[in-house]
Amino acid sequence: MKKVQFQSPWLPYLLLLPQLGIVTVFFLWPAAQAIQSSFYLEDPFGFGSTYVGLDNFKDMITSTDYGRVARFTAVFTFFVTVLSLGIALLLAVKADKVLRGASAYKTLLMWVYAVAPPVAGLIGVLLFDQHVGPIVDLFAMFGWKMQIGVNYFDTSFAMIVTAVWKQIPVNFIFFLSGLQGISKSVQEAASIDCRSGFRRFWTVTFPLLAPTGFFLLIINITYAFFDTFGIVDVIVKNEPGNNPVTLVYKVYLDGFRGNDLGGSSAQSVILMAMVFILTIIQFRLIERRVHYT
Amino acid sequence: MATITLDKVRKVYGGSVEAVKGVSIDIADGEFIVLVGPSGCGKSTLLRMMAGLEEITTGEIKIGDRVVNNVDPADRDIAMVFQNYALYPHMSVYNNLAYGLKNRGMAKDEIDRRVKEAARILEIGDYLERKPRALSGGQRQRVAMGRAIVREPAAFLFDEPLSNLDAKLRVQMRVEIKRLQHSLGTTSVYVTHDQLEAMTLADRLVVLSGGNIEQIGAPIEVYDKPASTFVASFIGSPAMNLLKVKADGNGLALATGTGLKGANVKGRDACTIGIRPEHLEVVSGPGEGEGIHLEASVNVLEPVGAESYLYSSFADGGDEILVRVSSHARHEPGEKLYLRAAPENIHYFDADTGRRID
Ligand SMILES: Nc1ncnc2c1ncn2[C@@H]1O[C@H](COP(=O)(O)OP(=O)(O)OP(=O)(O)O)[C@@H](O)[C@H]1O
Ligand SMILES: [Mg+2]
Repeated sequence: MKKVQFQSPWLPYLLLLPQLGIVTVFFLWPAAQAIQSSFYLEDPFGFGSTYVGLDNFKDMITSTDYGRVARFTAVFTFFVTVLSLGIALLLAVKADKVLRGASAYKTLLMWVYAVAPPVAGLIGVLLFDQHVGPIVDLFAMFGWKMQIGVNYFDTSFAMIVTAVWKQIPVNFIFFLSGLQGISKSVQEAASIDCRSGFRRFWTVTFPLLAPTGFFLLIINITYAFFDTFGIVDVIVKNEPGNNPVTLVYKVYLDGFRGNDLGGSSAQSVILMAMVFILTIIQFRLIERRVHYT
Repeated sequence: MATITLDKVRKVYGGSVEAVKGVSIDIADGEFIVLVGPSGCGKSTLLRMMAGLEEITTGEIKIGDRVVNNVDPADRDIAMVFQNYALYPHMSVYNNLAYGLKNRGMAKDEIDRRVKEAARILEIGDYLERKPRALSGGQRQRVAMGRAIVREPAAFLFDEPLSNLDAKLRVQMRVEIKRLQHSLGTTSVYVTHDQLEAMTLADRLVVLSGGNIEQIGAPIEVYDKPASTFVASFIGSPAMNLLKVKADGNGLALATGTGLKGANVKGRDACTIGIRPEHLEVVSGPGEGEGIHLEASVNVLEPVGAESYLYSSFADGGDEILVRVSSHARHEPGEKLYLRAAPENIHYFDADTGRRID
């Protein structure tokens, strides 16, 4: 790459300023505020706040509601990650076999990715609509009367399916390019060395795909945790009631619906810490990934 | 150990590209066959059909007494060495060698014995725990060879295994492959586009062009009696001089009009004659001795060490001919040469089909 020398030592900083400004205003400042208010008890009517130390965190951890949501988030994340990775891998392996069809496949699946999460959520909701949703009708034929937004299990099911549906294309693209990155002659050498295609997959293809897999695992956990806000929001339609919600959604509910800014800040601080850890793991993995091939 | 029999094997890609056009070869047990030809002539395709990596469109391939057309690659009892080695990047050298044996359910100590033995023969014992990425090209090549020999297969299939190595290593590995094949006595089919590699390795050469066999024979046979102008120009380096000639009152005439003395056209009015650069003798004057006499002038002199090549042309232009002389012979660009080729060193080919006329 060509190196450019700036005349003035200040110019690069000046050019960086807008970006730094955006990061400060929309991320650093709110983050600092969240950390600060997580130590305060905010008056619901806006009349000042009191320093309460770690009370917000204690309340949060001991609250049964938080435990329930955390458990659901864990289950939700587990299913979304495992299903969207598993299905995408299966599709990618099939697509890789019929290389010629692959580009059509790819575009087709990328369309879904191009649909923003709230829209994906909306479409998901349509599919699961109580009256006109084809999926609801389908299950009804098998005798399962789904009640989305009312029944806890049915709602969770709809959320997971929609979130998986939205995430498969991304995983598919990564897996497919990972598969195509495996040398054809290595695959052929393996087909001479091992007759069983199943065994070949687990001993050669899968290990060579592992770096992509690790990388996607982190991406998917992050997705299930944070990027599914839109999907949750559209499905519970602002009526959390007894419905399952994720931790991120609870931050929003407690802060803006429950007016418990302190508690909601404490929750978001925990989430920030998790993002931080996931990011570190991801960087580590990306570094390791370079060594492959 | 086994024979390999190809009977009218054809390969058509995608319904239109005919890469191999009805090839029949009988490969004897323990024989070293080299498939040679220019890029795109179908030699890899042919080899890959023997390996089972490519479907056979029509025809039949037999390994031993068994028709293998519909047999899985893993069940054909062959081992293949690929151009880019195709080692498993995530496995140690040891596991690269052991993988094919493990999958065949071989006992652990037998696997260990074979891997150690192969490592000893190929001198890769020190790297058994390393991953392929920590090896040089030459070492990877040895590992790829090792992966083939531990299998003790009925046949080895090589697809340009040396073309990623530097010139010196290539010569060294070439000798080693030949030695190894001789001591193991395993039937081998080797694909290359390098005619020198083909000549030095083969018990028998199969020269391919455009999906057809041009000639099959021992290297020296092919060299001495090329079956067509294609083989004549492909085998031997530098390539044979090919001159289009017409019948003339007292012998032959080049297409450009220069007369050649002292040869016949075998009863035709036109043909192509071929003379190897080493069979053109520089003589002191016109018309000395029997055979064909040519007069040409030197354009470029190319010394390559043991010998020199004279790129020369005839007085009236036209084809350029190459003359091989000793590096100690003194020649200058622009110098006039009197050349002679003995009758037994002149090859005649049909003017239209390019086939040899005897
Ligand atoms: N998968 C394929 N689909 C269509 N055509 C193919 C395919 N593989 C090979 N061909 C065509 O078949 C012909 C023979 O190919 P092949 O790979 O056997 O050549 P080769 O003799 O090995 O050449 P090289 O020395 O370049 O490796 C070529 O014209 C090639 O374009
Ligand atoms: Mg080839």
